[in-house]
Amino acid sequence: MNAADAGEVMTIVAARHLRRAKVCFIGVGRPSTAAILAREVHNPELVLVYESGTIGAKPRRIPLSIGDGELAQTADAVVSVPEMFNYWVQPGRLDVAFLGAAQIDRFGNLNSTVIGDYAHPKVRLPGGGGAPEIAAACGEVVVIAPHSPRTFVERLDFVTSVGYGDGPGARERLGFRGGGPTTTITDLGVLQPDPETKELTLTQLHDGVDADRVREATGWPLAAAAEPRRTEPPTDEELGALRELTSR
Amino acid sequence: MRIVSLSSDRAQRVTLSDGIAELVRDGHSVALEGFTHLIPFAAGHEVVRQGRRELELIRMTPDLLYDQLIGMGCARRLVFSYGGNPGVGSLHRFRDAVENGWPHPLELEEHSHAGMANRYAAGASDLPFAVIRGYRGNDLVGRTRVATVTCPFTGEELAAVPALRPDVAIVHAQEADRRGNVQLWGIPGVQKEAVLAARRSLVTVERIVDELELRPGGVVIPGWVIDAVAEAPGGSQPSYSHGLTERDNEFYRRWDEISRDRGGFLAWMEEHVFGRVAPK
Repeated sequence: MNAADAGEVMTIVAARHLRRAKVCFIGVGRPSTAAILAREVHNPELVLVYESGTIGAKPRRIPLSIGDGELAQTADAVVSVPEMFNYWVQPGRLDVAFLGAAQIDRFGNLNSTVIGDYAHPKVRLPGGGGAPEIAAACGEVVVIAPHSPRTFVERLDFVTSVGYGDGPGARERLGFRGGGPTTTITDLGVLQPDPETKELTLTQLHDGVDADRVREATGWPLAAAAEPRRTEPPTDEELGALRELTSR
Repeated sequence: MRIVSLSSDRAQRVTLSDGIAELVRDGHSVALEGFTHLIPFAAGHEVVRQGRRELELIRMTPDLLYDQLIGMGCARRLVFSYGGNPGVGSLHRFRDAVENGWPHPLELEEHSHAGMANRYAAGASDLPFAVIRGYRGNDLVGRTRVATVTCPFTGEELAAVPALRPDVAIVHAQEADRRGNVQLWGIPGVQKEAVLAARRSLVTVERIVDELELRPGGVVIPGWVIDAVAEAPGGSQPSYSHGLTERDNEFYRRWDEISRDRGGFLAWMEEHVFGRVAPK
């Protein structure tokens, strides 16, 4: 089998993160692929919840949208949007949520709204959707983003979803019940919050990547663990299952 | 054109063009709902053909349909929570309006999904606002209509979002009976809330049946809360009507290219919306 490319590594690392999760909230794209892969390889009992209101969906193919018919067809329950946010997201019934963003800062705050000024944006992005409340309420948030200084920035142009705010104690002051962005998976490695400072810290490096390369791709002076772990290379089982899944 | 009277105690059966002509006027606030499913494309296209202007368009996920209405200059204002092409990327006409003011500037009122969904629920409940645990600490707070209220029982600070009361709600469903009772199934979105929140409503359906056969998990909207029902088979394409039509994912991908430049977009609208040539 050909070696995994950087995108496949991100997906496989994200799927491993779901080994012991019970309920996972997902949007479209790579997170959906990772969650379906996790169900097939690591955790067949994993409950997938899509924002469209499908709880316990069991897709066999990667959906293009969160509302594809297969999700409703295979779900344990299909609920309205008000119910999804009021009864399921808000009380913190979902353990793990995946979020993406155009920008992320050192405290895991996310921008998916605009690049540039809000009133006169350089790039108008889609906006928050469900993310602001998901980021506040879900047990933990996993961010998946390609590593570059354009994405990992010193200062967000707009705060769409709060991670650790301005540092220690911020989530508690805001009354958030969820644990925040515990894991940020990139194409170079994994960042996790320092338990004291809450600053995202390099804790894991993918194959062939060194810490300097990650620092160069980060827009703030990135802290690193003394000895970042090495990502276990994708197994044949993981990679085979992923490629089979994406070809369906 | 036949003028329909919509003051009856049950939904009037109308043609799509008569229903839109009667219910949607320039300057109205209009919610065409359907959360990734049952998006009322045929009705939206009729709004474009009738040349409505200065609309306040309300929709959680503007999707391709509002990209088209915005690009055709129907909208003055957009109230929304996620303006992307799901799984594909940008809505180019929405971006062009916001970034470059083409075809004219678009005022935005932006919320989160939780905020929008609860605003509809408050409207349906005839309450002035809804309460959620949300909007805290982010920059939306300074850019939109949200306020803080204190729980009178626990003292907890919560977010209040104002009720949505559109002039008109338009939704699509699988079927209606001859009395105008409507049933939809699959992903229910916020359609029922939108219809109940709005002052007037139009429902387009795949088919009219003699009697509804109630389905487990189906959502029934009684005809006496709906103003007009119009038959529009295939009216949610390229979105879908669960069980009857399939989501045209390939078209959602192709829209990225079609809508990227103004000329290509206008040509497509001319051919497929004004010329009514079914997209291939």
